[in-house]
Amino acid sequence: MAITPNPYKTTGALGWIDDRFPLTKMWKEHLSEYYAPKNFNFWYFFGSLALLVLVNQLLTGIFLTMHYKPGAETAFDSVEYIMRDVPWGNVIRYMHSTGASAFFVVVFLHMFRGLMYGSYQKPRELIWVFGALIFLVLMAEAFCGYVLPWGNMSYWGAAVIINLFGTIPFIGPDLVVWIQGDFVPSDATLNRLFSIHVIALPFVLVGLVVAHILALHEVGSNNPDGVEIKKNKDPATGIPKDGIPFHPYYTVKDMVGVAGFLILFCAVIFFMPDGGGYFLEAPNFTPASQTNTPEHITPAWYFGTYYAMLRATPSFAGTQIWGVIVMGAAVVILFFVPWLDKSKVKSIRYKGMLSKVALAVFAVNFVILNYYGLQPPSATVQLISQVGTIIYFAFFLLMPWYSANEKTKPVPDRVTE
Amino acid sequence: MSNEGVDGNRRRFLTAATSVFGAAGAAAVAWPFLASLKPSARARALGAPVIADISTLEPGMRATYLWRGQPIWIVRRTPEMLASLEKVAGQLVDPDSTTPQQPAYITDKSRALKPEFMVMKGVCTHLGCSPILRADHPAPEIDTNWQGGFFCPCHGSKFDLAGRVYKGVPAPTNIVVPPHRYDGDTVVVIGEDPKTA
Repeated sequence: MAITPNPYKTTGALGWIDDRFPLTKMWKEHLSEYYAPKNFNFWYFFGSLALLVLVNQLLTGIFLTMHYKPGAETAFDSVEYIMRDVPWGNVIRYMHSTGASAFFVVVFLHMFRGLMYGSYQKPRELIWVFGALIFLVLMAEAFCGYVLPWGNMSYWGAAVIINLFGTIPFIGPDLVVWIQGDFVPSDATLNRLFSIHVIALPFVLVGLVVAHILALHEVGSNNPDGVEIKKNKDPATGIPKDGIPFHPYYTVKDMVGVAGFLILFCAVIFFMPDGGGYFLEAPNFTPASQTNTPEHITPAWYFGTYYAMLRATPSFAGTQIWGVIVMGAAVVILFFVPWLDKSKVKSIRYKGMLSKVALAVFAVNFVILNYYGLQPPSATVQLISQVGTIIYFAFFLLMPWYSANEKTKPVPDRVTE
Repeated sequence: MSNEGVDGNRRRFLTAATSVFGAAGAAAVAWPFLASLKPSARARALGAPVIADISTLEPGMRATYLWRGQPIWIVRRTPEMLASLEKVAGQLVDPDSTTPQQPAYITDKSRALKPEFMVMKGVCTHLGCSPILRADHPAPEIDTNWQGGFFCPCHGSKFDLAGRVYKGVPAPTNIVVPPHRYDGDTVVVIGEDPKTA
């Protein structure tokens, strides 16, 4: 099938472009004639908000890079320089640091929406897989960025995470030295994490976001009812009866979401930029020290759930690799969700009681795990984390059973109002 | 273009040979990039031994030195601290230090050349945090039978005053004892094995 240039026969300057580049075609396919279900609720804000935060991170990141100096001797001072001497530097940095936390907030809610409405089910498996990859890259990107100020929490956070690779039998210790480029986290480590943070991963992230959206637009959006709107098209126009063009309907709706989001986002930036010690942690306001681990070391708040799992797993057979495997599996298992859900229906609205209870327990458990992942280690924290880890995995591993063996409600032909 | 008279075998062979050559070339190009991530000559040169003068170290106190970028502790153990090692032996993973986490020439149960001076890395064997010296006891928030030792703030690993790991914590092995030797009575050379007489 050949590509026809300028299928919409535009003229003038636009026509000149359309003869050479599919500008009008792309505009129509992805915005003005991309038909999305008309029953999106507020859960559908978080995709466009994630895009907004990504743009915020890229823009503020570019400007921070102009003043930041990677290097064990210079990094901490250059961050303080940005905070004190660069005009508006503190605001730009707070936009970036708050943006990191906001990214995880909107992505967690976005993923929960997907779980709730079965947005990963056929034919949307690849959208979910690309999304899970984005989550994975986002975690790596956040970790690298967290190390860059080279504060004491940066340093020991880097030490802990890089040492995760040291738990791999036989090659582990050598692998750690190779990753660090030194025998301990050092100048070499900081510089390569900087390179990964500002070049490698942003490229991958943007590419994956494009793939995520292209896959979405290929099959069309799911909705809170889990009804395929493409099954019910107007015979004359071929437009889904329950679909409305993304632009202007959802661009305008998303702007309301953006306004609400920015109110909260700016409130944090202006009035509590350290996020109460969770977005920027107190020990990171002291320079990295190779001899003193902070009294209470925790990862950034958004890693709490996975960190709790790491801590909950005891060492066994002379290696501590099991905690790393459990933590890794907790992320990897996300990729398999489209094939674990055996339900006949997509949306939680029409699923049975088992699925509803399972999803509610999973969500509450996720928050509890996150909380205990940030608490100082103790026997109680250990026990709760272990129970929480089991619940986390049970949600996924039992899904083929409970999603197939429950009474579902009939799904309507058309979306509900 | 006609495909008549094409020798399919010859074409397949050329395609395969080109692919193999291309893959070998790609691997050869990847090598310098991957190798460039190894410790540089400068980083490797910074591993020289460290001289520690322990003449002023009071009983029960700890001194910290930096060797190869990692904290090295020397703890001057009191007789009471040394006595505590036996009291916790039952709670330890490897009370006899059979796993080679110390140089072969350290054979004493107290894991030191001189039992009074414990030389050890200040690095948790779990994920490389630096544990905290908690010589105070009892400390029920750490352990009901705490006799003093090291507590890792990262993931709650516990070690006794010889750096031996407790059971049921994330760290799998005892804390590493670095190679070291005495130069006279009060100088420790960290990073060098004892000279064999």
